Amino acid sequence: MTEPLVDAVDLVVDFPVGAPGEYLRAVDGLSFTLEPGRALALVGESGSGKSTVAAALLGLHRGTGARLGGTVRVGGTDVGSADAGELRRLRGGVAAMVFQDPLSSLDPYHAIGDQIAEVYRIHTTATRRAARARAVEVLDRVGIPDAARRARSRPHEFSGGMRQRALIAMALACEPRLLIADEPTTALDVTVQAQILDLLHGLREERGLGLLLVTHDVGVAAGSVDDLLVMRGGAAVERGPVDRVLSAPRAPYTRELLAAVPRLDGPRTPRPRPATDADEPVVEAFRLRREFGRGKRRVLAVGGPDRAEGVSLAVRRGETLGIVGESGSGKSTLGRMLVGLLEPGSGRIHHEGRETAGIAPGAQMVFQDPVSSLNPRRSVGESIADPLRAAGQRDEAAIRARVEELLTRVGLEPGHYDRYPHEFSGGQRQRVGIARALAPQPSLIVCDEPVSALDVTTQAQVTALLAELQRELGIALVFIAHDLAVVRQVSDRVAVMRGGLIVEEGPVDEVYDRPAHPYTRRLLDAVPALDPGLAARRRSARQEAFA
Amino acid sequence: MSVLTTGPVPAAGVTTPAAGTGRQVWRRLRRRPSAVAAAAVLALLVLLALAAPLFAQLTGQDPNAYHDDLVDSARGGVPLGSFGGISADHWLGVEPGSGRDLFVRLLYGARISLLVALGATALQVLLGVAAGLTAALGHRILGRFIGGVTDVMIALPMLVLAIALTAVVPPDFPRPLLLVLVIGVLDWGGTARLVRAQTLSLRGLDFVEAARLSGNGTLRIARRELLPSLAAPVITLAAIKVPTNMVIEASLSFLGVGVKPPTPSWGQMLSSAQTWFRADPAYVLLPAGLLFVTVLAFTVLGDGVRTALDPREGSRLRVGTGKERTT
Amino acid sequence: MTGFVLRRLGAALLVLLALSAVVYALFYLAPGDPARLACGERCNPQQIAQVREQLGLNDSVPTQYLRFLQGVLAGRDYSGGAGLVLHCDAPCLGFSYQNDRQVTELLLERLPATFSLALGALVIWLVIGVGTGLLSAVRRGGLTERLLTVVTLAATGTPVFILGLLLLMAVCAYLRWLPFPTYVPFGDDPEQWAWNLLLPWVTLGFFESAKYARLTRSSTLETLAEDHIRTFRAYGVGERALVTRHAVRGAVAPVIALSAVDFGTMIGGAVLTESLFGIPGLGKTLIDGVRVVDLPVVVGVVLTIGTAVVIAGAVADLLYAVADRRVALA
Repeated sequence: MTEPLVDAVDLVVDFPVGAPGEYLRAVDGLSFTLEPGRALALVGESGSGKSTVAAALLGLHRGTGARLGGTVRVGGTDVGSADAGELRRLRGGVAAMVFQDPLSSLDPYHAIGDQIAEVYRIHTTATRRAARARAVEVLDRVGIPDAARRARSRPHEFSGGMRQRALIAMALACEPRLLIADEPTTALDVTVQAQILDLLHGLREERGLGLLLVTHDVGVAAGSVDDLLVMRGGAAVERGPVDRVLSAPRAPYTRELLAAVPRLDGPRTPRPRPATDADEPVVEAFRLRREFGRGKRRVLAVGGPDRAEGVSLAVRRGETLGIVGESGSGKSTLGRMLVGLLEPGSGRIHHEGRETAGIAPGAQMVFQDPVSSLNPRRSVGESIADPLRAAGQRDEAAIRARVEELLTRVGLEPGHYDRYPHEFSGGQRQRVGIARALAPQPSLIVCDEPVSALDVTTQAQVTALLAELQRELGIALVFIAHDLAVVRQVSDRVAVMRGGLIVEEGPVDEVYDRPAHPYTRRLLDAVPALDPGLAARRRSARQEAFA
Repeated sequence: MSVLTTGPVPAAGVTTPAAGTGRQVWRRLRRRPSAVAAAAVLALLVLLALAAPLFAQLTGQDPNAYHDDLVDSARGGVPLGSFGGISADHWLGVEPGSGRDLFVRLLYGARISLLVALGATALQVLLGVAAGLTAALGHRILGRFIGGVTDVMIALPMLVLAIALTAVVPPDFPRPLLLVLVIGVLDWGGTARLVRAQTLSLRGLDFVEAARLSGNGTLRIARRELLPSLAAPVITLAAIKVPTNMVIEASLSFLGVGVKPPTPSWGQMLSSAQTWFRADPAYVLLPAGLLFVTVLAFTVLGDGVRTALDPREGSRLRVGTGKERTT
Repeated sequence: MTGFVLRRLGAALLVLLALSAVVYALFYLAPGDPARLACGERCNPQQIAQVREQLGLNDSVPTQYLRFLQGVLAGRDYSGGAGLVLHCDAPCLGFSYQNDRQVTELLLERLPATFSLALGALVIWLVIGVGTGLLSAVRRGGLTERLLTVVTLAATGTPVFILGLLLLMAVCAYLRWLPFPTYVPFGDDPEQWAWNLLLPWVTLGFFESAKYARLTRSSTLETLAEDHIRTFRAYGVGERALVTRHAVRGAVAPVIALSAVDFGTMIGGAVLTESLFGIPGLGKTLIDGVRVVDLPVVVGVVLTIGTAVVIAGAVADLLYAVADRRVALA
């Protein structure tokens, strides 16, 4: 039997926190092996310790004050006891790492080709010229068009997907036996994500590389690896072949996690009653356009190249309109215009049948970032009470009663009134944000990526809460997200945005099951499937389409 | 407009400040021995300065009374007696040349130093916060105009302009007040830029947007959402400004364009001490030491206040803190 | 890039124009009779009237300012009384009646001394300051680091003239290693020039070095903490190469830019150092001008210094943009 590529036994990593002598345990006695040429995914929610494991494999914790316990052997080298020279040979030569954020992970001052050449020369005796040639070769392999010329560009001249390709090229340069990819597609749009995952898959087949994929997204793992290791709180919860774990999870936590993952084919929450045209729209937009910047730097955010092209839509009482799109599609700008936080460049907005300008009465918003959406210096109760006070409410007892009622309604406790935002988790803060939006009894709430910063289990709870509140209060919801599966789960109708315009709009079932626009089809195809078989079929379909 | 900030650089990215309550800040400040020591030194100095007239009475010395009998006119006015003429009447000796009591004059000098430094800082903060807030929240054109003026104010050589300004002011204008006005009016640019940058980035944060959606007006948002978050950086900046302003006052007086005789001032004493290096070293070392210690104490206290207000930041005075260690 | 350069230069010109207007207004509209002030304390009423006539103070204020600007840009003529006409070439900053000299001439004469002082200080802070900073960044936690803490702390607490005074006292008065400095022009005797400037250089250079050591160190370490350094560390690049090939790049731009600003400010006159060591440079000229209320000289020096500083600021921004291309593109 050959020696495993990675062999971790009782791995423990402690980070120093605050006072000397105090440690936080990030990885707690993890053991696993990875055979050469196989692919393993470490899957877990934030704080599960999965990225720490990846860094530990390369000994990246040296010099940071972190304590390591147990043993890790990578390609036969004991990482814990290796000297500096052995460690340097290991890094890049045996195991190469692909990081999450491709922009900050490359040196902004040097040309991409030079950076790859530098790494190559560390592990070989190649001349400068040979190293450059090698850089062009690997850049070409990862699909950078016109690689010889693009090798001289610096990172900021590349798009996000191209940078991630360049990072993968750097990893390939020294012919490592193991690729460690730490959330390699998290910063990318879903269509680009599919391309990068396909690239990784192709490279693995071509060179027999081992792959350790670290991800929070079970879907990403499903189509890319042989085995799955589910982590929680620094320890393994379950490990097994990817089909088995996904189809018949044994650990309760895995079941919970998988149940929470929104799926394109999963059951939908039953919607109360479809809104009819007879209902008066709560909000109506006519040919909205919006640009940012002036002169040469003018960028069109919402609207088409033709000045008459704009976004028009209507949302009725009790109805949820989902808006999906990739970054830069203009979906957030549209959302802000709907509530009046941004003035439209042209076009009109009607609320409850009346044209409005500026902040719309009866419109509220739930924001993406649970950290910045609450004033850190005010108690959450005061934040929720703010709309009431601004509306002229003076009766302190009534305000407090109402806020406590709202807190209870969103699943928090009345006693939380005097707590501060930093005492809450991300999901709880998002609940506070929802309570604040509910306070003035709005007729419309625009949710801008309300769950994208949350872990999947929390995501599921928050979307369920939104749906429940809507059923009860009959509010019109606009749900903006990049995640197609989440949007499908909560919406009645969906609008697909691209380049500032809605390319397709219709009832959810229709758009998802019978997409009319090619872009919608492409988006749907790119969504990672939880079923490994389906993922493989889709991959070959994509390859055929591009061949 | 300008890429390079010569003034204090506001932190890039923002800053959902987590300073916490005043009591927490106070507790963190008290945990820093250097800050506590600096505060003690300054408290003592302020007490002494406040009590200067008391000491004048106690020792029976008028700060401006000449004592020709205490200096050796044959040797150009070197104080009689050892260590600059220390005696029971003159605790730190007398000034060479005039024979005025050094201890009382140093105390009166402290009054000027503290008065000008604190007064000028207050004026700078007032002007800076007003200009910065207006630039960030006012009309776009007004904002750009104030932003431009701020950049100019930061670019201008402050000390040179202050020196030049003292030339056109009537001689009978009270000098300490003049110094407060000159330093305050010329050097608010840094505060304004900080406040403007912080306000702009705070304004883009979701909680401010949420407050707008709730129907709050600009003024109400400024007061309830922005000012509390601005307090920490502004206090920090002010704490750093106090010693800077004190050095400017001393410099101007040293150059002979600040506080005019007979009003005593440390800078002015140092200026006249240049001729007494050998004959009366105490006359150089005492004001120099006092100025050094005071400025240092303000600097250390300012750094302490900064770290107490923003616990994520390490001390900037200590080189090589854990914060800087790379991961 | 070209657009960035043009925008930056345009901004610098605007600042200069604003500065000249403000300075002009302040000094010639200030309470007190500018003719009297310009002429000096010894003048009798007739002389003052004559000066007033010559300065054109009887005209409207905007006319006066425009004439002043014209003088700066194209030169102008003064009536020197009794039919005499003085020509003043561009850039004409006015006429000092107290020195009986043209201000521009006077300032040009003072420039070499100021330049000598600034140049030496620049060399010292670039070598010692930046060197110490780099050293302490490479050897973190070493002796240089602790030393740097103490020195920086002392330097932040010391006004430059205290340092100068103590040096003078120790080196010249007690140890007698050097005579009290007197300025000797480089052209007269290069060796004496250097010896006499040694103490001022050390004073100013040391004072600035502390700042540069910290700047170099902190920007190097800041870069060292960035994500892309982690990438190269994860690819087996050694610590030394990380600093020299990747992290130092982050320190170059701020050091160059700040050096340009500081050098410009010193060309404008290190007033305190010049005054303390009796170096006849621009700063000393300003102080002397202020003492005798010689307004044309004061206005001239302020504008010259302002120009130097504004140009330095613009140069700093441009250098920064060249060293860090991301800025120009942003």
